[in-house]
Formats: sequence, structure tokens, C-alpha cells
Amino acid sequence: MSDIKVKTAPVLGVDGRSAGHLLEIDNLHVEFRTRDGIAKVINGVSYHVDAGETLAVLGESGSGKSVTAQTIMGILDTPPGFVTDGAIRFRGKDLLTMGKDERRLVRGEGIAMVFQDALSALNPVFTVGFQIAELFRKRRGMSRADGYKRAAELLDLVKIPAASARLRDFPHQFSGGMRQRVMIAMALALDPEVLIADEPTTALDVTVQAQIMDLLAEIRRDRNMGMILITHDLGVVADVADRIAVMYAGRIVEQADVHALYGKPCHPYTLALLDSLPRLDLKGQELNTIKGLPPNLLRIPSGCAFHPRCRMARDICSAERPALVELGGVRSSACHFAEELYGRE
Amino acid sequence: MSSPEVATATAEAAVAPVTPAPAEPPRKDKPRSLWTDAWYELRRKPLFVISAIMITIFVLMAAFPWLFTSVSPTEADLNRSLTPPDFGAWFQFGKGGQFGYDLQGADVYARTIYGARASIVVGLSAVIGNMLLGGFFGILSGYLGGWTDALLARFGDIFLGLPFVLGALVILSTFAPVQSSPSAFRITSLVIVTFITLGWPSFARIMRAAVLSTKQLDFVHAAQALGARPGRIILRHVLPNAVAPMVVVGTITLGAYIGAEATLSFLGVGLREPVVSWGIMIGEARQLMEAAPYMMAFPAAFLAIAVLSFVMLGDAVRDALDPKLR
Repeated sequence: MSDIKVKTAPVLGVDGRSAGHLLEIDNLHVEFRTRDGIAKVINGVSYHVDAGETLAVLGESGSGKSVTAQTIMGILDTPPGFVTDGAIRFRGKDLLTMGKDERRLVRGEGIAMVFQDALSALNPVFTVGFQIAELFRKRRGMSRADGYKRAAELLDLVKIPAASARLRDFPHQFSGGMRQRVMIAMALALDPEVLIADEPTTALDVTVQAQIMDLLAEIRRDRNMGMILITHDLGVVADVADRIAVMYAGRIVEQADVHALYGKPCHPYTLALLDSLPRLDLKGQELNTIKGLPPNLLRIPSGCAFHPRCRMARDICSAERPALVELGGVRSSACHFAEELYGRE
Repeated sequence: MSSPEVATATAEAAVAPVTPAPAEPPRKDKPRSLWTDAWYELRRKPLFVISAIMITIFVLMAAFPWLFTSVSPTEADLNRSLTPPDFGAWFQFGKGGQFGYDLQGADVYARTIYGARASIVVGLSAVIGNMLLGGFFGILSGYLGGWTDALLARFGDIFLGLPFVLGALVILSTFAPVQSSPSAFRITSLVIVTFITLGWPSFARIMRAAVLSTKQLDFVHAAQALGARPGRIILRHVLPNAVAPMVVVGTITLGAYIGAEATLSFLGVGLREPVVSWGIMIGEARQLMEAAPYMMAFPAAFLAIAVLSFVMLGDAVRDALDPKLR
């Protein structure tokens, strides 16, 4: 690895807040103003990530995990999306209130993002080398030749064979896995401190998925980056993540250390998700599923949004929304029966 | 790169078979970007090859008419008035009269050759102007959206609401009344400006639609996420991926504009003396249809072939640039 870069700068709040986290999302609210009404896509999400740590954000489609990422990157389409409340602090500074130009410079250098479908996330009319080199030319003031040289190094870093020869190829000439590597190389180009990977392996087949996840894990470790891994795939996160935040209907329902979460899920939704995984020892039986559909965000159920689908639901669940309560230090769960679940053997 | 973690072990195992794979596929004439792909497609199309050859000839005619005739188109000798075509002269360069002589005794062949210049200049300039102006406003309204879009759309509708020929008649007869005789440069630019004034909203609409669909694509978001400025996003990411539909319409419109230029010249409000144009020639020939039908036949044939060539080229380009038709 030629490109090891460990960032040790202290993370201190500028406004006198406690020395915060590298990236901290605080009580974020986002709504989509559509013709049919206001869809509350994110309803008070808070999570954080520190250098060298991987946070996995887990949830079904429509749970708001990708919208959170888009809001962090500032690529939320407005309209229809509007941030109505909350803060996103990067190194203690709120991205949502800072100036346009200041925020633009955070993108790519502070926080970068890997998209789900690399084919559509790369410009089809330029060669891969040109696109990466352009980044260096514009943001680092490098010459064309130097830019291409750095681009080749990057492609090499993400283990693309014959890197310098492939600079002249267009995105569609790469295979799915190689293309995702290009995407990762591009996100890494400006040495970001936080990398957001939005379902980076969904478009890939299983063996390639593993390669990409391991590549991401390796790069995160080598560069001591913070990583937010957004996924709906429970299998993908188990090996890579340090902590997991489970989202449902725009809220975090459970947050815990990866081993704790898999060992003893403390929210019925997490429990149901883990139950729905296919298991070898139950071969031949019908798969467990979560009954019903994710809620319509225009009409989120009263109380706990999960109660219509919950096996443990009682009267209180439809009446009162459970708060995210801490259980034994680092983990938290938003369920009326969280303590009960936590206390079980 | 050694690490005790299990995850890395599987990483190494999984990546290992990929690394040594020689990445040397046969890519001698592998199609590449949209444009090289389109070129690859075009070269094998007879429709394109024929129209391209015809257009090359017309462009040569417009740029270097003296390659085709050594006779001046404006030199008139009343002694030769209405002399019919001399078919014996067709293979003798420098001898006039191949297509006969008009009422004033000017060489019809030379005038037909020189007439290509007006058509090509007007058609090409009008289309390029339309693309620049319409493209600019189309990008603006598509990318910015909101009230900019609404305002530009309504503004464009004013021009789009006018029927083309009526609108052109009104503009041209106002700024260059039928009886007046403006200079060649003035009247040519006036016709071009008229075409652009009436044509840009259609181009803007096409561009706007293409920009709307392009700006939602992931790579535009990816560029934003890497901190690219709006100007760079538009020039590098939106424009190159949204320009194809406008190029197609532009090529087809070029043929239509050549026809429209001839129409307006025929009606007496478009190009007029001293400009030499097919439309003017057809207009003059109209009154002498029975006495000298050749005066009509040759410029009309050239006009028809030129329009047809550009429409055919437009069709071929559309087929090549639209992947769905492949």
C-alpha cells in the first residue's frame, strides 16, 4: 500500500461542544413534499462515526437510510426533499448551516460516497482515466500527466489489473465488480476522512460482493477512515461492521455493537430481520418472513411505526411511540419491551 | 497487508484469482463512447454514405463554386436571353449554357451552382444559432428548474405560437419590405436571425427534456458528491450526455430550413438580388414556365436533392445515436 494516510488531528467542536465525533448526525428530520402530501422520510435520526470505525446502517427499502446519506452529501433533490430539523456535524461544524463553497470543499475531501450502481454513477462519455485525472487537475492543481499517473496508482490501489492500460477505457468496458472498484477509487481520490458506501454491492453477484466488501474493509483500515455502510443485506455487514444502526420508517430502532446485535437483538424488528435469514439447518422449510409491508411514509402508523407488523405488539404500541432507550451502555433500542428483550436469556 | 482478521483472509482468497488475469481482450475496433459508437454504426449505412457524399458536394459548391463553373452567375447578356440548355456543353468545362440561359441572359448552371451557397449558409447558420441559443436556454431551464424554467417556457411559447411561415413573413416584410433592396449580407443575416427567432424554442424544449432526464442520473450526483461546481457539472456531465437529441433534430431541421429559405425567397420576402438563391431562381422561372421550363427544373432539382440529403442524414444520425433502435 503506497497510500497509507493516518489522520490524527483532534476532533474538537468549534462552538465549545464536547469533543464530538468525526461525523455526527443529530436529530435529522427530512421530509418529501409530494403532490399526495408530506412524506416524513427521516424522523429524528442520530448516529455518529469515528475515524477507523465502520457503522452499518441497516434497513428495508424506504426506511430512509439512503436519504440520510444523500442529506449528508448534500445531493438531496430539493424539491421535493427538505431538511426540516437537525444537524450534521463534520469535525464539529454543521454542514447544514455552513456556506455553499465551504460545504462543497467538504465533499470529496472530507466525506466521499460510493454509489450503488457504478455503471450509472460514472459518466459514460469520458474514459475512466480522464474522470479521475480531472479530479486531481481541478482540486489538486496537477498537470494532465500527473493526474493520469495518480489515477493509475488509485486503480492499482483498488486492485484493478493492468491499471494504467485500463485508464483509457470507458466505464461500460469494465465488468460490474471492476466498475465498482473504479467508483471506490474515485471516492478515495481526495483522501476523504469518511466514506459513505450506499449499498455498494447490491448490483453485484455474491462472490464479487465479498471481494468488494473486503476491499472496502481493507482500505478503511489502512487509511483509518470512518465508514458508513448502508445496506439491506444482513450477511454483508456481519464481517465488516463495528456497529450497526437498524432503521425503520425514518427512525433508528436499534443501535448496537455488531456482536451484541447479532447475539441478542433487542428490538422485535431486528429479531424478525434475523429470523428471516435463510438457515442451512432449516433446509426444506418455508422461510420466515416479516408479515405486511413497510409503512407508507405519507401515513406512518401511530405509536411505534412497526406495531402493525410486530409479533409482540400490545395496546401501548399503537398509542405511544417508544423512545430510543439505552441498554447497558453502548446499545439502544426503541421498543416498549426493550428491557424485557435485553434481560432475556 | 497481513492481518489476523478473518475477513482479510477471505479477501485475499477472493481477490487472488482476479489479479493475474491478463486484461488484454481483443479491443482493436471495439466500439467505445456514444459518439464513436455512432460513427461506427454510421459508416456501414448506405443511407448515411450517400447523403454524406451529396452533402459534401453541396458544401464544396457553396465554399468553392469556381471548382464547378468558371462562368459568373451575374454576368448577363440579353442576346442569350432564354436560350435552352446546350447538352453538348455538359462535358466541356468553362463553356456556359449547360442548363440554358435565363430571361436576363445569365447562365442558369452557374447560378444554380452559386445558389448552393445561400442555402448552405442560411441553413447551417440558422441551425447552429438555434442549437446555441435553444441549447443554452434549454440547459438553463432544465438544470435550474423552478421559476426560471416556467419563465423561459412561457417566453418560448410566444415564438412557438406563431406559425413558422407567417411569423417569418411578418418579421421579414417588416425589416426588409418587399420593394426594398438590402445588401446581400444584410438580407442573409436577417433571414438567419428570423429562423433563429422562430426556431429556438423547439430546440430549447428538446434540450430541456434531455437535461431533465440526465441531471437525475447517478453520475451527476456522484460529481456533486465529489464537490464539483455547477458549471463543471453542466459542461462535463450534463451537456455531453444530453446533446444527442438536439443534434438529431438539428440535422433534420437543416433540410427543412433550406426548403424554408427557398420558400421565402420565392415569395419575395426572403433573399433577393444580388444574392443568388434557388428560391429566387424558382420564383423567376415561375412566370416563364411554358417558355423556359428548364429554368425551373434545374434549381428545383438541386433544392430537392439538398433537402433530401439533409433529411436522410438526420435519419441516419438519429438511428445511430438512439441505442433503442439498434
